[in-house]
Amino acid sequence: MSDTATAHAVHHAPTGFIRKWVFSVDHKVIGIQYYFLALFSVLAGIVLSLLMRIRLAWPNEQWPLLAKIFPTGFEGGLMSPEFYLAMVTMHGTIMVFFVLTTAPQGGFGNYILPIQIGAADMAFPVLNMLSFWVTFLGLVALMAAFFVVGGAPIAGWTAYPPLSALGQIAGPGLGTGMDLWIISIALFCVASLLGALNFIATLINMRTKGLSMTRLPLTVWAWFTTAVLALLAFPVLLAGGILLLLDRNADTSFFIPAGLVVSDRIINHKGGSPLLWQHLFWFFGHPEVYIAILPGMGATSHILSTFARKPIFGYRAMVIAIFAIGLLGFFVWGHHMFVSGLNPFTALAFSVITLSIGVPSAVKTFNWLGTLWGARIQFTTAMLFALGFVSLFVAGGVTGLVLGQTSLDIQMHDTYFVVGHFHLIMGVAAIFGIFGATYFWFPKMFGRMMNESIGKLHFWITFLGVYAIFVPIHLAGITGQPRRYAQFTDYAYLEPTAGLNTFTSIAAIVTAAVQILFVVNLFWSMFKGKKAAENPWGATTLEWTIPSPPPHDNFGGHVPVVHHGPYEFSVPGAPKDYIMQNEPPEAVPAH
Amino acid sequence: MVATVTSTKKAVRPGASGPGKNEHGFNGGDGGDRSGPDRASLRDRYRLGMWIALAAILMMFVAFTSAYIYRQGLAGDWQPIDLPGVLWISTGLLLASSFTMEKAKRALKGGYTPGFNRWISATVLLGIGFLFGQLAAWRGLAASGIYLASNPNSSFFYLLTGAHGLHLLGGLTALGFIVFGSMRSPAPVGVAGYPARVTASGPGAGRETIVEITAMYWHFMDGLWIYLFLLLLVWR
Repeated sequence: MSDTATAHAVHHAPTGFIRKWVFSVDHKVIGIQYYFLALFSVLAGIVLSLLMRIRLAWPNEQWPLLAKIFPTGFEGGLMSPEFYLAMVTMHGTIMVFFVLTTAPQGGFGNYILPIQIGAADMAFPVLNMLSFWVTFLGLVALMAAFFVVGGAPIAGWTAYPPLSALGQIAGPGLGTGMDLWIISIALFCVASLLGALNFIATLINMRTKGLSMTRLPLTVWAWFTTAVLALLAFPVLLAGGILLLLDRNADTSFFIPAGLVVSDRIINHKGGSPLLWQHLFWFFGHPEVYIAILPGMGATSHILSTFARKPIFGYRAMVIAIFAIGLLGFFVWGHHMFVSGLNPFTALAFSVITLSIGVPSAVKTFNWLGTLWGARIQFTTAMLFALGFVSLFVAGGVTGLVLGQTSLDIQMHDTYFVVGHFHLIMGVAAIFGIFGATYFWFPKMFGRMMNESIGKLHFWITFLGVYAIFVPIHLAGITGQPRRYAQFTDYAYLEPTAGLNTFTSIAAIVTAAVQILFVVNLFWSMFKGKKAAENPWGATTLEWTIPSPPPHDNFGGHVPVVHHGPYEFSVPGAPKDYIMQNEPPEAVPAH
Repeated sequence: MVATVTSTKKAVRPGASGPGKNEHGFNGGDGGDRSGPDRASLRDRYRLGMWIALAAILMMFVAFTSAYIYRQGLAGDWQPIDLPGVLWISTGLLLASSFTMEKAKRALKGGYTPGFNRWISATVLLGIGFLFGQLAAWRGLAASGIYLASNPNSSFFYLLTGAHGLHLLGGLTALGFIVFGSMRSPAPVGVAGYPARVTASGPGAGRETIVEITAMYWHFMDGLWIYLFLLLLVWR
């Protein structure tokens, strides 16, 4: 009899604090853990970016207070160029890995995907817990780099050798700090692989009755595609990281070329190729961009359809487009290497495939617009952020078409134009996806509503703010302002960009400050917000059929059965303007 | 014969074939059982999980391979090393271990029989033998002055054998657990399966499934080694 009883719960609800909130195997708790890890990381990343922006806007200003906090980086109150590079490196690494990869997939994917497919948990709950804690260790290792001799590494989030491979001799932070960076990323790879494995197995193996592939919410498709990309991309980064670690610590020469002279010393390595690292890194790196953005696309589709009260336009095309973007993403890594001496014909092939990604991207964009067409839109905060996502996706995408062409890229390479491009599409658009998802699923996750007025204020200032930051950055890039420089005062041709830089920095400070509104709203609503109903948005998918927040095993022991597609809004003849996925067919008139 | 065993087992434990049990006798748990009766036996889930894990491992060695080929194509310092002869012996041991693994898997259909114990222990010993063979190859190379950093070919030799060896060690660890489990509870298990072990973190997958996915992993490591051996042998 105990057999039958336990058959209904993968695991009992834990009672102790440690098993419930720390080493939990519940996908919902793990999702929230991922979310807060990302929240901590994003705040750290923003602080680093502000330090950089302050340096760029007021190149001669002295900061005695900062000099007290970072005695080595701020000699004489002025941030050293090396410290600036450490900021560049850590900002990029934290944001790309521990925010953009972590929150959309590990956070929302973990929390929402099992519920949307009618499962009680992920396929491998213990593995899920392990993924989170290995990610956490990765973050600890990365942050530790700030506190070792030499400080944080300065090789950029792409860690190009030979700079990253030579050790302390090549610059501050390239000793222990760089080793910690590699270890952190290796841990992150392992964690992401475990997570990806879990997502794929969960989707294939645990869908509830009636939930055929064509009834999956687009969010689920996005998380699934993301998991497949992660599964195929992260092993390659891990392999590269191992080779880099060997070059640094075991005197091998995978990446370090012969005859290097660094600081008047001849480096005793032979024949390696820095380009080999670039190939391995970008074979991971480009799919990584989609790992960051695809979940945002899924959430956007979901939110747009819900608040337009219309079915998503072209469901099948949306699914195919997501897969097409994911697939093509594996064959475009060379566009990061146009100036590395690639054979021009190779570059042309990479260029053509890169531009062809514009096709599925346009399919998605037009389907989003088609969904909005003629709709009576409900402008909730979640909807505003989803619309913002579409805007940023287009604005960041069109510059991708510029940079994807070899001839233009050779001009633009390593300028702020590239910085503007990837920040809009990969950084800010993905962040808007996270914001949209937060405002949308917060009631489900915490059982309370977020404050909509503060939310809308947050949206509008952030939305205008990010354009105020990144449009001038594009302009500075067209002027020829190079990336990774701490100061531009020595270059006459860059005198016109001084004003742009100051403006950008002020915009960045304001936009960053406004995020306090979000954080306050988040925590205040968690405890004091209005109690959320089961389905506050009138949405259709399975997570809205259960209490907010859901019980430990999600569906309270019963099996949801799905009878409808995910976006049946405003069906003629239906009693309400939405049909839940699990509504029995007889409850809804034939359509 | 097998069919008789099945029906006997089902008859012996009628209570266990309730809603939580699938045809393999594993506890379906809620994720599995609730997701509909056809898909999602835990066996399927664990097999699927192993396939996905193998895909990731494969991807890593694909990356190593492309690095290998790329690096070999660069001019200059690549000096082909003579592979130690002991590798042929270790390869033979590993091939034999795949055979014994398969035998063990099939023997398990009759429970933890002495036959199963013999085959699974043989697999462990052969696996350990393989690793010692690899170690001997390393020592042989080192004795002739070829180390990790000597030249790119030797770097890749140590890297690939080392990475493969570590993965195999993981497989050996799993086998070790199976052997200890088999020693601790040698009661025969029928086709209906070992009683599912329900823990705080979820039901155990059932011993048969554990053995089955370990076998998948083991065969993969075998195939992977053949591939790496050929790569090192041919692409110099």
